[in-house]
Amino acid sequence: MEELINAFLLISNFVLVPAITYGSQLALGALSVTLVYGILGFSNFAHGDTMAFGTMVVILFTWWFQSFGINFGFLPTALLAIPFGIFFTILFVLGSDRLVYRYYRKKNSVPVIYLIASVGIMFLLNGIVRFVIGPEDQKFNDGEKFIIKAKMMKQYLGTAEGVSIKVSQGLTVITAVIIVIGLFWFLNKTRTGKSMRAFSDNKDLALLSGINPDKVVAVTWILVAIMATIAGTLYGLDKSFKPFTYFMLLLPIFASAIVGGLGNPLGAIAGGYVIAFSEIMITYPYKKFIAYVLPGDWKPDGLIQLLATDYKIAVSFMILVLVLLFKPTGIFSGKSV
Amino acid sequence: MNFLQGENMYGGYGGADILHGCNIAASKGEIAVIVGPNGAGKSTAMKAIFGMLNLHTGSIILDGEDITDLSPQARVAKGMAFVPQTANVFPTMSVEENLEMGAFLRRDDINKTMDEVFELFPILKEKRNQNAGELSGGQRQQVAVGRALMTQPKVLMLDEPTAGVSPIVMDELFDNIIEVAKTGITILMVEQNARQALNIADKGYVMVQGKNKFTDTGKVLLNNPEVRKSFLGG
Repeated sequence: MEELINAFLLISNFVLVPAITYGSQLALGALSVTLVYGILGFSNFAHGDTMAFGTMVVILFTWWFQSFGINFGFLPTALLAIPFGIFFTILFVLGSDRLVYRYYRKKNSVPVIYLIASVGIMFLLNGIVRFVIGPEDQKFNDGEKFIIKAKMMKQYLGTAEGVSIKVSQGLTVITAVIIVIGLFWFLNKTRTGKSMRAFSDNKDLALLSGINPDKVVAVTWILVAIMATIAGTLYGLDKSFKPFTYFMLLLPIFASAIVGGLGNPLGAIAGGYVIAFSEIMITYPYKKFIAYVLPGDWKPDGLIQLLATDYKIAVSFMILVLVLLFKPTGIFSGKSV
Repeated sequence: MNFLQGENMYGGYGGADILHGCNIAASKGEIAVIVGPNGAGKSTAMKAIFGMLNLHTGSIILDGEDITDLSPQARVAKGMAFVPQTANVFPTMSVEENLEMGAFLRRDDINKTMDEVFELFPILKEKRNQNAGELSGGQRQQVAVGRALMTQPKVLMLDEPTAGVSPIVMDELFDNIIEVAKTGITILMVEQNARQALNIADKGYVMVQGKNKFTDTGKVLLNNPEVRKSFLGG
């Protein structure tokens, strides 16, 4: 029995907690991507770098606050800087819409043109972020590090294994839940939110009903900027901030959105966790876990790791390919890609 | 005095003209029906009246006002409502939300209008929380008409409202349309089911190749031997 408890604690510490955290971060990213797809009708390749841009502004403000000695107690100072990051990200996305996407909307361009335009914005953001803050790793997490320490838990329970939960992990999950509830409330209960869903459902009929397309587009970008900045900051607090990592996040984020069903917000959340759990479960070495579960001193010789962690990006890519081959509309039947 | 009038309309979708001097008119509370063979330009005439394509000649008059240059959205604000033939509901939104979206431009209390719609289509009240995309074809048409009525229009334009619904549902829909007309709303519709549609029409327009071929009351057209032979199957 004790062996099984240890096995459970071990898997919680190295798989469950990290996967729920990572899944929440992906879910927020996928929600943004899915919103843009549903309402503006294209895949926004600049999303990873929009997250990087928002996080960069947050980091700059965090440093500035820290230089004044401002902090947020046991919580990271970055939380205080998030509103500023959101503000500048909103300015950027609304500006890019005004200067780039609006032109193609007027011309009634096909989705692939928007997609390529978003790749252009992606490179632009790539450059801006690297120019301002540099391509290296930046650590900006301060305050307490842990909510629960593995050591304390081991002493308390008297077990060989313990679970540690970082402040950044707790923050990520709580924030993600609040944002998701807020977003669904907005989309389902408010007049503006409903008009956005109507616009996504049937654009021509929305126009016939007198829904203002400019307002719908602007609100969408504002929501995207809010979610991108928050998700980016949470990811940076949990791991670290490096522009290239954020660019790479694009693949798991799109995989999440497509697995769940593009254009479907519920699917984006489910997709986020599917991708996160797959990535972490496939790259976790199960040697110790199996040793606990098997009777006696039985123990596997190898690491029992299906794939090295270096290849974790390949997992989301594989899932993406499989979903596109066998169920292109995703789990929750969104729009086909 | 015609409440809605499309006069001497010439135009098309950019290429060759589809409408060649077509005239459509309806008085207040009247049901006007456009029938004719495939490709005659029936739907095009309707879209022209609603401002969805450019006319290079001709004019559209609504309640004595020339609205030829207004956009479709502006015409909605002027009291015109249009029910497209396909994709005329918001499929992933509930029936109630569909109706709310119909009344998007209104800032006053819409509950009374919604009750009127539910009175006209009782089945929709039952299914108010169900997504419109999950309804049957006939119920979906009711949602579409209901959505259009939510703007409290003076003119309701229907593009083949009975396309793809069963004969029983078709009769019901025609009854509903008569009821709507009785409230003083002018109705203009394009129909494939010419015989049934002319039956309820105050005015009938038989269009051929973008022109009016016959124009008269529905009854007269139904009894016109030439119309019967060519368009009503004898």
